[in-house]
Amino acid sequence: MVPRDRRYLASHEWAKKDGAFVLVGITAFAVEHLSDLTFLSLPAVGAKLKKGDRFGEIESVKAVSELFTPVGGEVAAVNTALAEKVESLSADPWNAGWMIKLKNVADAELGALLDADAYEKKCESES
Amino acid sequence: MHSDPRSSPFATSDRFADRHLGPSAAERERMLALLGMKSLEELIAATVPAAIRFGRALELPPALSEREAIEELGAFAAENRRFRSWIGLGYHDTVTPPVVQRNILENPGWYTQYTPYQAEISQGRLEALLHFQTLVCDLTGMEIANSSLLDEGTAAAEAMTLCKRSFEGQASGATFLVSDRCHPQTIEVVKTRALPLGIEVVVGDAAAFQFGPETFGALIQYPATDGAVEDPTALIERAHAAGARVVVASDLLALTLLESPGKFGADVVVGNSQRFGVPLFGGGPHAAFMATRNAFARKLPGRLVGMSKDAAGAPALRLALQTREQHIRRDRATSNICTAQVLLSVTAAMYAIYHGPEGLTKIARRVHLAAVTLAKALEGIGCRCAAPVVFDTLRVTPGRGGADAVHALALERRLNLRRYANGDVGVALDETAGAADLVAIFECFGGKAAGFDPDAVARTVDAAFPAALARTTPFMTSPVFARHRTEHELLRFMKRLETKDLSLTTSMIPLGSCTMKLNATAEMAPISLPGFAGIHPFAPADQQAGYAKLFARLEKWLAEITGFAATSLQPNAGSQGEYAGLLVIREYQARRGQGHRNVCLIPVSAHGTNPASAVMAGFEVVAVACDDDGNIDLGDLKAKAQEHGERLGALMVTYPSTHGVFEEGIKEVCATVHRHGGQVYLDGANMNAMVGLCRPGDIGADVCHLNLHKTFCIPHGGGGPGMGPICVAAHLAPFLPGHPFAFPGTAPKQGVGAVSAAAYGSAGILPIPYAYIAMMGPDGLALATQVAILAANYVAHRLDPHYPVLFRGKNGRVAHECIVDLRPLSKSSGVEAEDVAKRLMDYGFHAPTLSFPVAGTLMIEPTESESLAELDRLCDALIAIREEIRAIESGKLDRKDNPLKNAPHTAATVTAKEWTHPYSREQAAFPAPWTREHKYWPPVSRIDSVYGDRHLVCCWIPEFSQAAR
Repeated sequence: MVPRDRRYLASHEWAKKDGAFVLVGITAFAVEHLSDLTFLSLPAVGAKLKKGDRFGEIESVKAVSELFTPVGGEVAAVNTALAEKVESLSADPWNAGWMIKLKNVADAELGALLDADAYEKKCESES
Repeated sequence: MHSDPRSSPFATSDRFADRHLGPSAAERERMLALLGMKSLEELIAATVPAAIRFGRALELPPALSEREAIEELGAFAAENRRFRSWIGLGYHDTVTPPVVQRNILENPGWYTQYTPYQAEISQGRLEALLHFQTLVCDLTGMEIANSSLLDEGTAAAEAMTLCKRSFEGQASGATFLVSDRCHPQTIEVVKTRALPLGIEVVVGDAAAFQFGPETFGALIQYPATDGAVEDPTALIERAHAAGARVVVASDLLALTLLESPGKFGADVVVGNSQRFGVPLFGGGPHAAFMATRNAFARKLPGRLVGMSKDAAGAPALRLALQTREQHIRRDRATSNICTAQVLLSVTAAMYAIYHGPEGLTKIARRVHLAAVTLAKALEGIGCRCAAPVVFDTLRVTPGRGGADAVHALALERRLNLRRYANGDVGVALDETAGAADLVAIFECFGGKAAGFDPDAVARTVDAAFPAALARTTPFMTSPVFARHRTEHELLRFMKRLETKDLSLTTSMIPLGSCTMKLNATAEMAPISLPGFAGIHPFAPADQQAGYAKLFARLEKWLAEITGFAATSLQPNAGSQGEYAGLLVIREYQARRGQGHRNVCLIPVSAHGTNPASAVMAGFEVVAVACDDDGNIDLGDLKAKAQEHGERLGALMVTYPSTHGVFEEGIKEVCATVHRHGGQVYLDGANMNAMVGLCRPGDIGADVCHLNLHKTFCIPHGGGGPGMGPICVAAHLAPFLPGHPFAFPGTAPKQGVGAVSAAAYGSAGILPIPYAYIAMMGPDGLALATQVAILAANYVAHRLDPHYPVLFRGKNGRVAHECIVDLRPLSKSSGVEAEDVAKRLMDYGFHAPTLSFPVAGTLMIEPTESESLAELDRLCDALIAIREEIRAIESGKLDRKDNPLKNAPHTAATVTAKEWTHPYSREQAAFPAPWTREHKYWPPVSRIDSVYGDRHLVCCWIPEFSQAAR
């Protein structure tokens, strides 16, 4: 079951409203497929991102995946604790596993993303 | 009367081709019969499309015997005149300890190893490389070093792009300062590399340079090319204050006496480790190094050895942070580099281990004393040595008579000195310099031998460095550098490491796309001849007549084999060949007013190096789809060529395909690209399937590179050296790479810049392909290709009932390699391709190529050099493993605790007091009869790569050796 309190990109990133901010992370489905995570790179605070921009990379021993932001905004905070211990991501990708916190996000962009049902369907087709 | 001496009854009865080819004529008949074929010709007709068949024999000289080839190469070596070369420029004569020369450089147990991707059977060389990285870190004062790069010039170019990448995501300028006191060839290689990347290189006086926001980095040399040793602190501080990174090119021997660049704040340090016991080799192969700070570890190009642990918790080594590299990251990789210079970094490490820090310091002190002694003597006769502080190199303004007189006298005495454009003369001393050499040099400058007693002068000079420059930080403090100072200790240490590794002296190495064929002793022996190994790359051309002849013939032969008009021997790895070939295409397009053509089409099945090289050459990569058979999707190609029409610059295509198939549509692929104004780059990685049967030039390609370390018998060296010359069609010949030190009259008129530090790349190993071609002759070469195709089809036939063979040509034939599918086993048994690869180690084999080009598969390339018995042994091993998997499927073996999941099994595991597994110790370690006769013991069990990448350790630490005690 994927959480209903947020929206999704087909490339397995999620975006969730958090007061005036939006949190961005990757889904449990993605974490499981990446397996054995070794490294996470995140942007600098203050970076201005457009919807679909690359905001970082996540590595396992044998693969590297780019991370794309589902919505545009300015990076207000990054989860440095997660970057220092990326293997902890598999324990809780939905909450403690947030990656970047954005401000100045347009609500319309968030609304245009996949909802939980659509995302689940997409995962079923992939597995 | 005999018109052809070879038909004489007294002609040698021993043909090299019979030694090189594995299956005998009778065995070939049996193999063909099994495939339902009457002849090799019938097999080839069913495999290679008729439209591209080469209709005649290659125009090459008839085959020589081994003895004749060795004599011919000996004659070339004798035509090279070996003068004492005090030229410097990054290449210095050195004394290769004979124990290292014979037991590493000339030892097939070391030089026939593959790259250490299968780490469990590569622990010996990984340990040697760890010591190399450790000594580089210690001497440079940096935190992390890779296990070598191709040469100092390309290392400097890689350092420039590392600096640029270090600003990823931040604003940074596009200007890179290069001190004009770097080696000229370094400057040239950096400029060539910068151009397509949009980096502006400013060459000038670094001390006077004003750093602004437009400058992202700087390259300086310490000691400088003219020998001066200057404190770089102020410059580094100014650069850092302006937000720029600083790369320091340096010299490991000098750093035993001089404070490290790291202490002065350098961000990256590069250089050549050649003078640590590696012969001059006419320019290479040598191991360049690169070291940096931990913060840039993920930006580092090239292979990096790191510590981890094995399944039993014991320390174990493997390649770290592979996600940086092109085979995973493709067009976003840190570099296109695949090969390192493992054999040479191992040699340099052993030289350092043999001498230890005290021994190296003594050598450095002697060399330094020689330089300051000579300087004092020269000043006494009216010469001027500009630099107040030097290590081993002097820039001398001669007294009366000037430079011409000096060089004339030098040549009379058979010595080479460096020529500066302004009439100064360079003298670079090395560990071979003795008192008599100093006197000889002194005489060249007009001194009288009677007026110079080097011993007496040496007692009067001050050889101490100023306090700010004198080294105070200890180096090479790990015990390995203290324990092996006697020949016996070193001999046994090297043998211990060697026997941990699997090489071609153990068993066949069936790696797809790597062509691990025979590296014949007759091909290898000549490279040690002093007439080849002892030549300085920048010695005058008239001293290199033997090399010049060898290069010219080899260039012609390779052009004939590929069906092209011209060859450049400069690129010293396949990746560098790709880069050079694409630069040539760009230059051609620009010169015909089509410089805007910057799109490079690359099939998704291509090796990751292709897109990485394309990006380096300034192309934008557009992927072309492949069909289910792994062939280029012609429809998609046509659509993409149409779409990018005016911007289409090139297509990169591997032939036969990376899936090991002769694609029928290749001519149409080439024609389509040409129709839209593009050029075709053919990746020659699979040339071993083509030699003598079809030619890239005839197929429609415009340029191709050759991996001389695959098809033409240069050994893999445990991960380098390689050589990647390019051959081009006539219209591209004017644009082949130039070089500031190329032989006069050989440089192409409108050539792109230098791509290697030396004009003929790794010249010292070119006798190997020469000997191979000479001894095989045109018929032998074509037969080798046919037998390579036969062997692959034989293996495919034997394995297909057990593991389905993917991808075949239209008549059901594979080319020179085959891909077997293990993916269905994952569901049925939980066994992954990797488990099979590791289990093969227990059977005494190196795994085939794992998960390339398709995940979950093995790609097998048997080559022509394996006997039928060895091919059968490999097939038997794989079939026996399939039986083990069947036992898992049927429940006879546990899904988790089985011989595959626990592979490889070490001697320690199977002799442990406790044995808890539900299969026997015997099944674990002796699964096949031949393991009773000769057992290769993997030294460690399955390595935990995840642990190593999460806890990055790339230098020796005490924990590494403790477990061994």
